[in-house]
Amino acid sequence: MVTVRKGGLLVGAVASASFPAVLTVLVLVPVAGALVLLAMPRTRPDLLKPVALAASTVSAALAVWVLAEFDTGAASVFQFWQQHEWIAGWGVSWQVGVDGLSLFLVVMTALIFPLAIVGVDAEHSPKPYYAWMLVLEAGCLGTFVALDLVMFFVFFEIVLVPMYFLIGGWGHGQRAYAATKFFLFTMFGSALMLVAIVALAFLHASAAGDDVTFDLTAIAESQVLATDTARWLFLAFALAFAVKVPLFPVHTWLPDAHTNAPTAGSVILAAVMLKLGTYGLVRFGLYLFPEASVYFAPLMVTLGVIGIIYGAIAAAMQRDLKRLVAYSSVAHLGFIVIGTFALNTEGLTGGVLQMVNHGVSTGALFLLVGMIYERRHTREIAELGGLQKPAPKLAAVFLVVMLSSVGLPGLNGFVGELLVLLGAFNAHRWWAVAAAAGVILAAVYLLWAYQRVFHGPASGANAEMPDLRWREGLVMAPFIVAIVFMGVYPKPVIERIEPAVDAIIAHVEDNVAGFAEPAANVHPPVTLKDLATTDSTHHGHGDDHHTDDDGDSDGHQNGDNGHHSGEDHDSDSGNGHGGDGNGDSRSGNDHGEDGR
Amino acid sequence: MMPLALAQLPVQTPDIDWAGLLPVLLPAAGSLVLLMVRSLVPSRWLPAAADAVWTFAVAVAGVVAVAVLWQRGGEVRAFEGQLVMDQMALFVAAVVLGAVALAAPTLPRYCRRVGVASAELCVLILLAASGAVVMAGAADLIVLFLGLETMSIAAYVMAALNLRRLESLEAGLKYFVLGAFSTAFLLFGIALVYGATGTTSLGGIAAYLDTYIVLRDGMLLAGMAMLLVGLGFKVAAAPFHAWAPDVYVGAPTPVTALMASAVKAAGFAALIRVFVEALEVRADDWRPAVFALACATLAVGSVGAAVQSDAKRILAYSSVSHAGFILVGIQAASDEGVAAVLFYVAAYAVIAVGSFTVLSALSGSQDDRTSLDSLSGLGTRRPALALALTVLLLAQAGVPFTSGFVAKFSVVAAAVDAESYALAIVAMVSAVVAAYAYLRMVVAMYFHDAEPEPEAEAVPPTIGLGTGAVIVAAILFTVAMGVVPGLLESLSSTAAGL
Repeated sequence: MVTVRKGGLLVGAVASASFPAVLTVLVLVPVAGALVLLAMPRTRPDLLKPVALAASTVSAALAVWVLAEFDTGAASVFQFWQQHEWIAGWGVSWQVGVDGLSLFLVVMTALIFPLAIVGVDAEHSPKPYYAWMLVLEAGCLGTFVALDLVMFFVFFEIVLVPMYFLIGGWGHGQRAYAATKFFLFTMFGSALMLVAIVALAFLHASAAGDDVTFDLTAIAESQVLATDTARWLFLAFALAFAVKVPLFPVHTWLPDAHTNAPTAGSVILAAVMLKLGTYGLVRFGLYLFPEASVYFAPLMVTLGVIGIIYGAIAAAMQRDLKRLVAYSSVAHLGFIVIGTFALNTEGLTGGVLQMVNHGVSTGALFLLVGMIYERRHTREIAELGGLQKPAPKLAAVFLVVMLSSVGLPGLNGFVGELLVLLGAFNAHRWWAVAAAAGVILAAVYLLWAYQRVFHGPASGANAEMPDLRWREGLVMAPFIVAIVFMGVYPKPVIERIEPAVDAIIAHVEDNVAGFAEPAANVHPPVTLKDLATTDSTHHGHGDDHHTDDDGDSDGHQNGDNGHHSGEDHDSDSGNGHGGDGNGDSRSGNDHGEDGR
Repeated sequence: MMPLALAQLPVQTPDIDWAGLLPVLLPAAGSLVLLMVRSLVPSRWLPAAADAVWTFAVAVAGVVAVAVLWQRGGEVRAFEGQLVMDQMALFVAAVVLGAVALAAPTLPRYCRRVGVASAELCVLILLAASGAVVMAGAADLIVLFLGLETMSIAAYVMAALNLRRLESLEAGLKYFVLGAFSTAFLLFGIALVYGATGTTSLGGIAAYLDTYIVLRDGMLLAGMAMLLVGLGFKVAAAPFHAWAPDVYVGAPTPVTALMASAVKAAGFAALIRVFVEALEVRADDWRPAVFALACATLAVGSVGAAVQSDAKRILAYSSVSHAGFILVGIQAASDEGVAAVLFYVAAYAVIAVGSFTVLSALSGSQDDRTSLDSLSGLGTRRPALALALTVLLLAQAGVPFTSGFVAKFSVVAAAVDAESYALAIVAMVSAVVAAYAYLRMVVAMYFHDAEPEPEAEAVPPTIGLGTGAVIVAAILFTVAMGVVPGLLESLSSTAAGL
């Protein structure tokens, strides 16, 4: 039985899976693996990597099982939900669950870790290296599945420690400096968030006349805070996430950390850890503080656009290949932020999709850069050149991954970026135009880098560089498959993300007076369904807007938001979206009965 | 005539629940017994570790007594209500005696290595512990002063006990002179408060202030200020912290561990007794002062820690910064604040004893090899010790899944609950600054290449069973209370009367 939850109330059970604790186990398996590693005898160093791989593979298998058992029709509610008392006296609980927003982040995280472990060997001291990798995995997975504010914070913060040691212990160059900078920047951001979390819980308790609780859903659905208070608290949360994302003024730790980190560290940092910030902005920004999110949306979008342009220009100027990819992350994460704060279905869906896409593409890029570094012991673009001749397979893989990062149609990056730009265009037209320029700049710096590294005559050590080995090929294969699959057929992903996104947007609309999902005035509006199908009939929904029939591709049109404002909206807000009413309307027709 | 008359009168002895006073009596009696035995019995008849074993046994017996009294519930009032063993006093007594029990197993090896007389050290430790428990149970300003003096005078001597080391003598002298000076403030404060309220009983002061509005309150305010100065000195709150770094560095390391744990716990218990309980009515007067004190302590402690180049000095300044955190809980002036203070004191006592014990194991025969450079490459030279110190340092930095995180969380929660948002923010930001200091130690241990050890000063390859057990116990407690803090949290809440 899979327990699902929405609006502070259980809305029943969907599907008939038999493993309710799967998410808890998913998080704890890597921890157990790390403990096993620590207890392993010094005489068998050859067993360390297989054990680490086994632990992370078990997590990956569980994540895939979650994906398979995930009920698409109920993608907007928390599935596999589980709650235990943790610190009873303070109202802190161990509460986990996934919905459409976190599902693919969990799956991506759980899949990338085994690949990073198998793909990159520890340069030295394998025991602590693999142990830290597993602790890192547990921390990242815990952050994505946590539904209690304190539990989320705890995991959000704990990931610093393993990453700090990975960068400092196995990094290159100024590793101690980079590791310390990374730790302190992120800790500073989250320091204020902790105060905000506590303040939020206490203010919520006193306003709602309840016991103190740190339950995300209960706090988010009640929305009892004064506007100003909520805005201040939002800023504290946003700062923590902005550092992690990273957004423009607080991004400076990222190039240092990425450049000096070991390859696997960079992969995880880019693919997973940056997403902790963007995921936090959605789950703990939009959902907790809808009004403040609307209020600060222009600021966030502006910072996102600055990040896009600045990241792109800085990337183009880099002489170090790894640093170039690092700055490209700043630009790509800017897209996710403007998609999120476009505050409409296209933008937010694109943002969430882009979190996964960026994880896949940039994770793969860092792996490839790591492979080149391992062979040539330099990342200076000027010292590389003509690598295509000695290493055609490597070049081909690099090309596909790079084009996915550029956003070539047919590959995954295109779908996400297009959705983000659609959403942003509807909400903040000129910013979208500026962001679109970032797409072109991305093509400039990445193609230029590719040209300098792989084209031209190969001389000296470059000419001798070995090609992709079969094991490396095996590691890269899943990335390529994901890149192509999500580029050609994104529907299975989008149809799981979108109901959750709709629920968040509807939550914002319900709680912010006078806010309606920004959309273009043009008719018929372009919607994301047009990507998947040419049959885009438009019909109103009455009260039951946003209901998605199991991903039926022409089920609803989000751009058609005329009915969000005006009397439909008002009549709907009477019974509101809190409580089980929300669960009913969100969980899809198949499960409407369960909701009662 | 007179003797006869006295003999005929029924003698009115106060009815004292001696069993309830065991947490005070055990360490005091243990100290005296040890003093007698060591004075009368030739040293060669006793095994070298006898002093430490005795100290450990007495402290454990004290903890057991506390547990039994806790189970019994209720509170014990003795000596006409001047000493009260309520839940809070028992909690602090458990922290004090627990810290002593935790530090005791490290003593035999330490004393042998550094050449400190273990009998004197153990006698003084137990004496200081009994003074600390009296402070925690004081229901009268005079009793508070007695406890404080008993504890402090023992501590002055302990600080100077490493006779072969100049810094230790300096530490003792400095601690004594400044301590005596601050005690004068405390006494003056007691006198002024007595003058304003007509009583030295804490309950009496609270009742007086509750009943009467003191219109000309200059004397009361001056008394409160002086009490704050006197107690602020004991807990090393800035700007009364100046002695702390030098004394912490100079004192024998196990003594430093006890100063950071037991002495501090007693100091904060006294602050709670005097300010949160007795002067509760005047909270609006003293809260701004404690606010300023907390901010200054946090800033000085964390910035001071960040710029040091000696590990022991970093931990000394970090101890100041922890005092700032605990003051944040005091400043809340609420039961939640008291619970947070008690949780923090307990968590930090264990962390402090653990951290200083690791440093002590590394500090060489002169007890002075504690520079950051001497930690270089510890991760490869002594991986287990390095890992232990790292866990304890991360706990001090407030990393999740350690008791340090829960402790910081609880004081911040108390501050937010009392709407002292600014103080909560200052505390968290200074935690980041302090984290830099801890990270510097971690960087030295793991990310620097090992420096070759000087031959003469080589750290002994083993640290001994006792020291190892202490470190393991400290780490287990720290991690367990971080993963499942419910137990300690419920105890501290009960102690705070929640």
